[in-house]
Amino acid sequence: MSANSALMGFVHRRRRGAELFLLILALVVGIGAYAAVGLGVDGEVPTNLLGYGGWLAILVVGAHVAVRLVAPYADPVLLPVVAALNGLGLAIIHRIDLARDTGLASQQLTWMTLGVALFIGTLIALPDHRLLARFTYTSGLAAIVLLILPMIPGLGTSINGAKIWISLGPFSFQPGEVAKLLLVITFAGYLVVHRDALALAGRRVVFVDLPRGRDLGPILMMWVVSLGILVLQRDLGSSLLFFGLFLIMLYVATERPGWLVVGGLLFFGGATVAFRIFAHVQNRVDIWLDPFADPNGNGYQLVQALYGFAWGGLVGRGLGEGMPQRVPYVESDFILAAIGEELGLTAVIAVLLLYGLVVERALRAALISRDGFGKLVATGLAAVFALQVFVVVGGVTRLIPLTGLTTPFLSYGGSSLVANWVIVAILLRISDQARRPLPDLTADADDPDEQATQVVKVVPR
Amino acid sequence: MNKPIRTVSIFCMFLFLALMANVTYVQFWKAEDYNTDPRNARVAEASFSRERGQILVGDEPVATSKPSDDQYKYLRVYPSSGARMFAPVTGYLQLGSQTGIERSQNAVLTGEDPQLFVTRLVDLLKGDQTQGGNVVLTLNAAAQKAAFEGLRDTLGPRGEGSVVAIQPKTGRVLAMASYPSYDPNELATHDSKSAAAAYEQLDKDPRDPLVNRAIQTRLFPGSTFKLVTAAAAIESGKYHGDDQVPAGSSYQPPGTTRTIGNDGRSQCNPSKISFATALDWSCNTTFAHLAVEVGPEKMRDQAEKFGFNSNYLLDLKGQAQSVYPTGIPLSDKDGGGTRELSDAETAQTGIGQFEVQSTPLQMAMVTAAIANQGTLMRPYLVEQVQTAGFDVLRTTEPDKLSDAVSPQTARELTDLLVSVVDNGTASPAAISGVKVAGKTGTAQRTSTRCSAGGKPPYAWFVSYAPADNAEVAVAVMIEEAPDRACDEIAGGQLGGPIAKAVMEAVLKK
Repeated sequence: MSANSALMGFVHRRRRGAELFLLILALVVGIGAYAAVGLGVDGEVPTNLLGYGGWLAILVVGAHVAVRLVAPYADPVLLPVVAALNGLGLAIIHRIDLARDTGLASQQLTWMTLGVALFIGTLIALPDHRLLARFTYTSGLAAIVLLILPMIPGLGTSINGAKIWISLGPFSFQPGEVAKLLLVITFAGYLVVHRDALALAGRRVVFVDLPRGRDLGPILMMWVVSLGILVLQRDLGSSLLFFGLFLIMLYVATERPGWLVVGGLLFFGGATVAFRIFAHVQNRVDIWLDPFADPNGNGYQLVQALYGFAWGGLVGRGLGEGMPQRVPYVESDFILAAIGEELGLTAVIAVLLLYGLVVERALRAALISRDGFGKLVATGLAAVFALQVFVVVGGVTRLIPLTGLTTPFLSYGGSSLVANWVIVAILLRISDQARRPLPDLTADADDPDEQATQVVKVVPR
Repeated sequence: MNKPIRTVSIFCMFLFLALMANVTYVQFWKAEDYNTDPRNARVAEASFSRERGQILVGDEPVATSKPSDDQYKYLRVYPSSGARMFAPVTGYLQLGSQTGIERSQNAVLTGEDPQLFVTRLVDLLKGDQTQGGNVVLTLNAAAQKAAFEGLRDTLGPRGEGSVVAIQPKTGRVLAMASYPSYDPNELATHDSKSAAAAYEQLDKDPRDPLVNRAIQTRLFPGSTFKLVTAAAAIESGKYHGDDQVPAGSSYQPPGTTRTIGNDGRSQCNPSKISFATALDWSCNTTFAHLAVEVGPEKMRDQAEKFGFNSNYLLDLKGQAQSVYPTGIPLSDKDGGGTRELSDAETAQTGIGQFEVQSTPLQMAMVTAAIANQGTLMRPYLVEQVQTAGFDVLRTTEPDKLSDAVSPQTARELTDLLVSVVDNGTASPAAISGVKVAGKTGTAQRTSTRCSAGGKPPYAWFVSYAPADNAEVAVAVMIEEAPDRACDEIAGGQLGGPIAKAVMEAVLKK
């Protein structure tokens, strides 16, 4: 914050025109990829290209207009980046539809519509992100309830050995995707209040200053409960994600790197125990160490994905020219394998750079945010995003053992897409607040009371 | 809180850098390994479904891809006129496996080869399917036909044999025939059941039709190996082509009681005869004696200069190494390791027996080196690599393997071998108006003679023409000819006419 006051003269520009230009580029990516899929598979431009492209354009322009009206100072890069990712994901899902004769892309477009609607709704309903701090404990409770829901018999559905789905009539829903957003809010709201106590009060054990139990207790409880649920549900990816998220937010709030050491030790301890106890964890590690030991059984999915990446090479086979359907679940967790196969290393690196940009922009918003809560939420969301991409992409490319998670904005899956659009809305809101110029204080300078109490911004009740 | 946020930024940057480095490793560095993994059905299926380049002999395709309306877009077809004739060279294409040129030139034929990168890029930009490049073979269609039909007609339906013809100056393989052969179309069919049944039947056939005898079958070269012995003797400086050489009705090498005779050829009986007479009548006593005189080291040295004990064929996989024994393994009792050949063993190697083994290609190379003033060229089958549009991408440059003998030695040997055709056992290969050099070989494979109930011998014939400026060198190998009587199976009688037909085809006589 001191850095900001030194730059009192500096005012961020709105840059909405730049955003619109980038959005048009994003639309070119999305619609162009859709047309290329049609050309590659059927040899002709898809007949519904106009309708599809028009709908995509309406969604994207609608989001842009909403940002222009209610968050004019928001970061101009975030929305185009996620629009490009979402458009590319739709095209790839459409590509897989054509290979498998399914209709997932139109469902995904419906989910995207809902996502953009919630994105706009969030921006309108949430004029200031600090309002969220009021729901610290409510959202914590909601997160736990959501995480428990899939374990309720009759409601929860087990897909691929992970009990992370609930089905309501024709819809199935992954509550964990929403829970991660709620947990960020909870952690941020709690930590911003208790950060001084956590950082300063406590006693030193060996090299680490341990905080008092009453300060750390509630949040630790929360974390243990959410992790415990995930372990019971066998959702390794989310466990890893929440653990890392908690650690990073604790470190940022307390500014004490010791937490990273403690967390790292806990992670390796936990990983070792999990490896010893759970057969499915061992199985994952075995596949990671040598997927070719059982290329037609356990290792099949990863082996096929690796062959797909290799087959794509530098520039890829071209949309419609590969065989991404050989990889099981290529439309969700393994969608990057399809991109790698048909669009090549070039596109994979481009996608990773887009993800990197999202994280960078979120952290930038955190840096310039004027309040601790905003900083923590933005950092938390950036961390969620970075960790999720790392865990899923690392798993798919055999950098780390595979744990199921969706690839944000690309993978087929409604809950993930909708939750991520809301996350972006909150990030935009934080950056809007951070980049907004301070109110002009010189106008009524003759009234001494006005100078004594500076109104930075009114939080509506 | 900004300091830890910056730390988190750097941490996230490393996460992304790790992802990018890893994916680059998978898609760039490791891609080759994954793409050539035989378990990778994706690559196999894609290349099977793609329009593959043609294999051409001259202007005629011997393997081509035809649009197909079953589960794959293209079917590999081997035009029926030459399917069996060219099968040992072309090989066949199946889902996930290839043999012959189909295998060794797979990258070109599928279009994956780096040489075709530009074409592939153009195809990609134009939105066309990648098309494979064409491979033009060195084979001479007339010579190949003469070789294959010669084997088929001479050996009878149950026969087994092979012919290799080489252009001595370059190493171009002009003919490579193996008999019996198979119809690659039966194996390349998309009906996997009938393809499997056809393979099963061919694989079980005791005559091994799937084996390319020209490069995979090693037999005693018998008297044709006397070319190597004669070359070693002349190169050693002890003899010249017009010298007298030791002979006799029998020869007993030092240290053994087993004698070597001449199968009743009385021309060999004098104790000294001219070198020409010794070769004309293929006197075993002379060459056994010469081998012992030269010694096993120099014999081996000479054989290896001709290509024995090494791999040299790059264009087909699975070449068998021809053998001149490098030593006799000793039992553990004697301290293990190997010992040098004894005189008795060396004497046997001098006449192409003991453990000397040669493929037809190897004997063709020995002959070609002598025909090419002593210079041995690397044999090759791929003349050109072309784009699908027949633009030449690469023409194979002839590659010298070694100076097997001096030009002087080569000249002296040529004079001797011309004499064998004019006056001796190789007369069936004589072509009117052309100077032909040749040598027969009839190698026993059992100590009991064929006429006494033993197995019939292997018959060999090597020759080249025109002798002074050779255009073609041929080796004919006859492994089995059960429809022929024992006394008919001799290099000159069976092999000579085949070699003659192949030479005539090349010389357009």
